[in-house]
Amino acid sequence: MEPLKIDKTDDTPQVILDVDNEFFEIAGRSLPEDVNTFYEPVLRWIEEYAHNPAQKTVFNFKLTYFNTASSKVILDILTMFEEMIEEGHDVLVKWFYLEDDEDMQEAGMEYSEMIRIPFEIISY
Amino acid sequence: MPAKPKQEITGFLEYVFDLYQSMKTNEIKLVYEGKITHQITKAFISLAEAQMEENEEAASVQRVVFHVLVECLQNISRHADVYESGNYLYSGKGIFLVSNTAEAFQITTGNAVLKEKILVLTEMLDNINEMDDSHLKDLYMKQMRDGTLSEKGGAGLGLIDIRRKTGNKLEYHFLPLTDKLSFFLLTAIIPRIK
Repeated sequence: MEPLKIDKTDDTPQVILDVDNEFFEIAGRSLPEDVNTFYEPVLRWIEEYAHNPAQKTVFNFKLTYFNTASSKVILDILTMFEEMIEEGHDVLVKWFYLEDDEDMQEAGMEYSEMIRIPFEIISY
Repeated sequence: MPAKPKQEITGFLEYVFDLYQSMKTNEIKLVYEGKITHQITKAFISLAEAQMEENEEAASVQRVVFHVLVECLQNISRHADVYESGNYLYSGKGIFLVSNTAEAFQITTGNAVLKEKILVLTEMLDNINEMDDSHLKDLYMKQMRDGTLSEKGGAGLGLIDIRRKTGNKLEYHFLPLTDKLSFFLLTAIIPRIK
């Protein structure tokens, strides 16, 4: 499967979805003008990947900021992982937050309450 | 405040200035009136960031100010209703004012809304203003789960988020514009020492 790589900008995150290197990450800031347009290829890629995923998928969220419109899309992505797990696949979400960023830590905790999947919340 | 054609927009800025002047000793940092686009939003947040960095504002405060600025400005660029006065088309436009005291940052935004939205907005704002942290959290989670993204990308989450992040009630006013439209002013207060 072709990797999906999107460079970060000052309002959109860096996205790397790479099966060959087993690296899946969304990192940076997410406040796009139009969340649907920005995330559409990301959601489409994950949807396709979910049909035939790797043995184990470790997906990193390393966001420093996301707006409320993005928060809904993040939930959509996590819901896709939940479905993958229900189908018997192995998915782990690593939610990174800057050491002193309590709100980002809390956001991770809230997602892990909403979506019952293996979820690690990690400070850096 | 009585609205006169062509004068309204200046009138609103004056109104907001009066509001601020009546409130203690706020130092006004930034005033803007005009179209609020995504480019303008980005310009303001980077300006605010640079300024807060220079003033060595606490990182936690910087983050909340950033959050509130983004949500307030994106609210306007997405939801401001079209307002026509004479030949003047008032669409996606608004006012934007940032000030601070020693204790808090204050961010006020204003935009035209259809009068038929006032009731829904008032109920929503009163509701979230009365809620405690745990209810706000539940509401946010529920809204994220059930609320579908509108065509314009809003999910009704912005106001709840501002209320949660600031820990303060949102102040709001509706000023009549025409028989169909009102001007919606929203103020968020962000404590500086967190």
